[in-house]
Amino acid sequence: MVTVDAAERATEVGPRPRRRRGIRQTRGYRVFQVVNAIILTLVVVVTLYPFVNIVARSMSHEAYIIAGQVNLVPRGFTLDTYQLVMSDPLFWTNYRNTVFYTVTATLISIVMTTCYAYVLSKKHLKGRTALIGIAVFTMFFTGGLIPNYVLVTSLGLKNSVWAIALPNAINVFNLLVMKAFFESLPVELEEAAAVDGLNTYGILLRIVLPLSKAIVATMVLFYAVAFWNSWFAAFLYMDQQELWPVTVYLRNLIAGATGAENIGAIAEANEVQAEATLKSVTIVLTTLPILLVYPFVQRYFVRGIMLGAVKG
Amino acid sequence: MLGNVIAFRRFRPGGSIFGEYWVGLRYFKMFLADPTFWNVFTNTLVLGGLTLLFCFPLPIVLALLLNEVRARRLKRFVQSVSYLPHFLSIVIVAAIVMQLLSMDGTVNQFVRAAGGEEIAFLQRPEWFRTIYVSSEVWQTVGWGTILYLAALTTIDDDLYEAARIDGANRWRQTWHVTLPGIRPTMVTLLILNIGTFMAVGFEKILLLYNPLTYPTADVISTYLFRVGFASSNFSYAAAIGLFEAVIGLVLVLSANLIARRTVGTSLW
Repeated sequence: MVTVDAAERATEVGPRPRRRRGIRQTRGYRVFQVVNAIILTLVVVVTLYPFVNIVARSMSHEAYIIAGQVNLVPRGFTLDTYQLVMSDPLFWTNYRNTVFYTVTATLISIVMTTCYAYVLSKKHLKGRTALIGIAVFTMFFTGGLIPNYVLVTSLGLKNSVWAIALPNAINVFNLLVMKAFFESLPVELEEAAAVDGLNTYGILLRIVLPLSKAIVATMVLFYAVAFWNSWFAAFLYMDQQELWPVTVYLRNLIAGATGAENIGAIAEANEVQAEATLKSVTIVLTTLPILLVYPFVQRYFVRGIMLGAVKG
Repeated sequence: MLGNVIAFRRFRPGGSIFGEYWVGLRYFKMFLADPTFWNVFTNTLVLGGLTLLFCFPLPIVLALLLNEVRARRLKRFVQSVSYLPHFLSIVIVAAIVMQLLSMDGTVNQFVRAAGGEEIAFLQRPEWFRTIYVSSEVWQTVGWGTILYLAALTTIDDDLYEAARIDGANRWRQTWHVTLPGIRPTMVTLLILNIGTFMAVGFEKILLLYNPLTYPTADVISTYLFRVGFASSNFSYAAAIGLFEAVIGLVLVLSANLIARRTVGTSLW
C-alpha cells in the first residue's frame, strides 16, 4: 500500500533528509528556524491553554473564579464540585446513554457501510456508477433539517436510539474510503475462494473481512467518535431527560436550560456555591474519555483520512 | 430528500409527511419578502466568507512551517497537540469558549490587566464573528494540515535541486516548487470548503448565539431552525432550507467547474 506508506512518512517519520538543502545554511535561514520554533510553540500553547484553564477552574474555589484569578493553576483547591456532579443521577444516566448510543449506532453504521462499500467495489455490478452517484450527491445536497425531522418523527423513531443511529448510519466519506480499500484487494483472491466453493457471503466474511481488519478498525473509530460527540440528533428527537446523551446534559448546563435545574437543586441542598465551577467540572468529565484514548488512536485517524483523500 | 416537497405544499402536523396540497412558490415568495431572511442571508455570507478566508489558508501556512522543522520529536508533538481539538464535541468547544470569554474568564483577565473594562463578549453582536471564526480556527487548523503534509512529501527532490542550481533562495523555492506541488490538494480542499459555505457551523452557532447577538450571529440554518421548531412553520422552514441547499449545490458545482477550467484540477 503505497499511499499508507506516504501517509506514515508524512505524519510519523518526518520529512526525508532532502530537507537539508545545501551544505551551508544562510544566516537568514537560521533566524527563520528560530522564529518558526517560536511560532509552533505558540500554536501548542494556544491549543492547550483552554484545556489547562478549564481543569484549573474545575478544581478551584468558587470565590477565586468569580474574582477572575484562575488561569493555569487551581486556586483554593477543592474537589467538592466533582463530587457534586458525580452525585447527580441524571449525569450518570446520560453518560450511560452516550455509551449505549455510541455502541449501537457504531455497530449499525459499520455493518451498513461495509455492505454498501463491498457492493460498490465490484466493478461488474450493474448501475454501480448510479449507486456511487447517489451516495456522493448526498454529500453536497441533503434533505434538509425540517424534512428529515418530519420523516424521522413520522416513522415513529422519536425517543429511541434509532433516531440517532439510522439517519447518520452511512457517512459517505467513510463509505468511499472503504470502497477504495476493497478495490485494492486482489481479485484473484476472491476468485480462488469462489472456485473453492464459497458463496458471496462466505467470501466477504471469511476472506475479505479478515484482510480488512485495519480499515474496519479505523472506520469503527471514526464512527464512534462522531456518535460520542453528537448532540443535535438527541437534542432534536429526545424529549425526556432520561434519554439524553451526556453532550445534551452539558449543552443544557451551559445554556442554562431545563434539565439543568436538577443539578442546581443538588448544589443548593448541599449548600455548595458552585455555579462557575459546575460547568468546568462537567466539561472535564465529558472530555476526559476522549483525552484518555486520544494518544493511542490518533495515528489511526490520520491514516484513515489519508486513505480517503488519496483514493476517494 | 423527497420530503423537501413540503416546501411547495401546505404541511399540517400529524398529516401526510408530503403535505396536504400544492401551494406553488408561496413559501419562497414569503421569505424573499421577509426582512429577517435577508439579514440572516447576509450573516451567512459574511460568516461563511470569513471562515473560508481564515480556515482555508491557515492550515497551509502551518503545514509549511511544520515541514521546515528538523527536530522530528518537536514536529510530532506539535502535530499531535494541534489535532486534538478536532476530536472534541462541538458542545465541549462551545462550553470552553463560554468559559474563556465569561466575565471572570481568561480573556477578560487580560482586558482588565490592560486597564480595560470587562466585556460581555457573548452578549455583544460586534464580537460574534471574531469569536466564531477564531474558535473555528482553533478547532480545525491542525487537522487541516494532514493532507498538505502528505502532499508535501510527494514533491520530487530533483525539483528543489534544479531550483537551487537556478539560484532560487528558499522563499523562491517555496513559491515556485512547494506551492505548485501541493496545488491539487489545495484546489480539492477549497472546493470542499466552498461546499460547506452555506451550511456554516449551524450547531456551533446554535450553541453560542442568543437573542442579543442575532443581528450578526443568526444564519439561514439557525433561522429556519427557529421558524420550524419555535413557530412550527414547517413548510416555510423547509422552503428556506431547500433554498440554502440549492445555493450550496450551485456553489460547489461552479467552484468545481472554474477549477477544472483554470487549473485543471477538480473533484469530478
